[in-house]
Amino acid sequence: MSQILFEIQNLGKSFNGLRVLDSVQLQIKKGESIVIIGQSGGGKSVLLKHLIMLMEPDEGKVIFDGIDTSELRSSDKAELRKRMGMLFQSAALFDSMTVAQNVGLSLKESRKFSRDHINQIVNEKLEMVGLSDAGDKFPAELSGGMRKRVGLARAIAANPEVLLYDEPTTGLDPITGDLINELIVELTEKLKVTSVAVTHDMSSAYKIADRIMMLYDGKIHFEGSPEEIRQTDNAVVRQFISGSSHGPIQVG
Amino acid sequence: MLAGRFVKSLKEIHRSGALIFDELYALGIKSLPVIIVISIFIGAVAAWQAAYQFKFMGAPLRLLGHAVGKAVVIELAPVLSAIAFAGRVGSGITAELGTMKVTEQIDALQSMAIDPIRYLVMPRVLACLFMVPFLVVFANFIAIMGALLVSTFGVNLATETFLNGFRDSFKMADFVNGLIKAGVFGLIIGLVGCQEGFETEGGAAGVGSATTNSVVISTVLILVFNFIFAVLLFRI
Repeated sequence: MSQILFEIQNLGKSFNGLRVLDSVQLQIKKGESIVIIGQSGGGKSVLLKHLIMLMEPDEGKVIFDGIDTSELRSSDKAELRKRMGMLFQSAALFDSMTVAQNVGLSLKESRKFSRDHINQIVNEKLEMVGLSDAGDKFPAELSGGMRKRVGLARAIAANPEVLLYDEPTTGLDPITGDLINELIVELTEKLKVTSVAVTHDMSSAYKIADRIMMLYDGKIHFEGSPEEIRQTDNAVVRQFISGSSHGPIQVG
Repeated sequence: MLAGRFVKSLKEIHRSGALIFDELYALGIKSLPVIIVISIFIGAVAAWQAAYQFKFMGAPLRLLGHAVGKAVVIELAPVLSAIAFAGRVGSGITAELGTMKVTEQIDALQSMAIDPIRYLVMPRVLACLFMVPFLVVFANFIAIMGALLVSTFGVNLATETFLNGFRDSFKMADFVNGLIKAGVFGLIIGLVGCQEGFETEGGAAGVGSATTNSVVISTVLILVFNFIFAVLLFRI
């Protein structure tokens, strides 16, 4: 049996009295590529931020590789985060730094690498995302797709075991979105990482997922392979994947 | 509280040397021109108003250097420089960190196992702590020069009379107390600026209101702490 990397037990989170996550239970195995789908504002990004310990649960536990992360001090959490990389929804690049500085920041701050070695790794990662020539550019000079690719290069800079993607294709045209999807698939295979993506883009979900989970009403409402989700007669899932405003999901 | 986390982050100060020097330059040295300009006018208006009041009270003008010197070194230079610094630097810190917060850049730092307190807060707060006193040294000098110009060309007092009055009144303890006050004001500006930035929510509007709050809170705290210093240091 594959090793369980993430285990979430009864995770609950509220903001200003609004229950966003309600007793969420899930397990993610090492090497899996998981996509969590759901409505905008449905708590997908909140769930992802719990996985990388950027948020504290109100209730429940997030267990990473057998370690209960809620018990940890901030320095121990930082150590665990070194095993993860995250692509943020808007890429979250540091405006005052060049692309190369963005990608190399975690390496520089780890103080384990010489400047030449960092440059070498940065060039290698930028090449992997097809941006070998963009190292000297600033984020403001990049298109949305390029920013996401730089974000991806930054996420993989320290060779993480886990990659988390927050809406990797949101705000991109379909062709650029597909390019990002292909990059994610390629990196997952090449780097042998565990991937967790949250998205409401079904074409992205079908392309990158081994397993898809639907977050609805604060809970994991459905779980299955891309094929199973295509075939399901679950009304909530059907409404979501067909993009219909009529059905059990209340909009607005 | 951010202040506690800032103090804790100081044990990693050896890792942040370059960041601290960058902030010393960006926050401190770049504030010098504005401090010079306001200091000239602080000194000038202090001399003019003092001369006007002397005339009204029938006090001898030879005491002008004495009165203006005391006012500048004890109160005007530290307080007004700190308020100007809060407007220029405190607001800038909040706007920068607030924008980083709402665009998830602070989350991104954490996701890379980089402590945002050490990386962002500590260099800025230390730069404020050291650069406000540094600027107050300049503010003292420039304000006295401004006062001297007004007393020489506006009030027709001999330069030597003004400077003798200033020399007679000058106490090193006043100057040092002014710098200590300035350090406390710098600490307030840095901590409030960072705290408001880190608590920013809600996009551009949130950044705007956090920036306003930062300047208002810093200014009020500077004036409150200035009063506390006055009561503690100058017993009536």
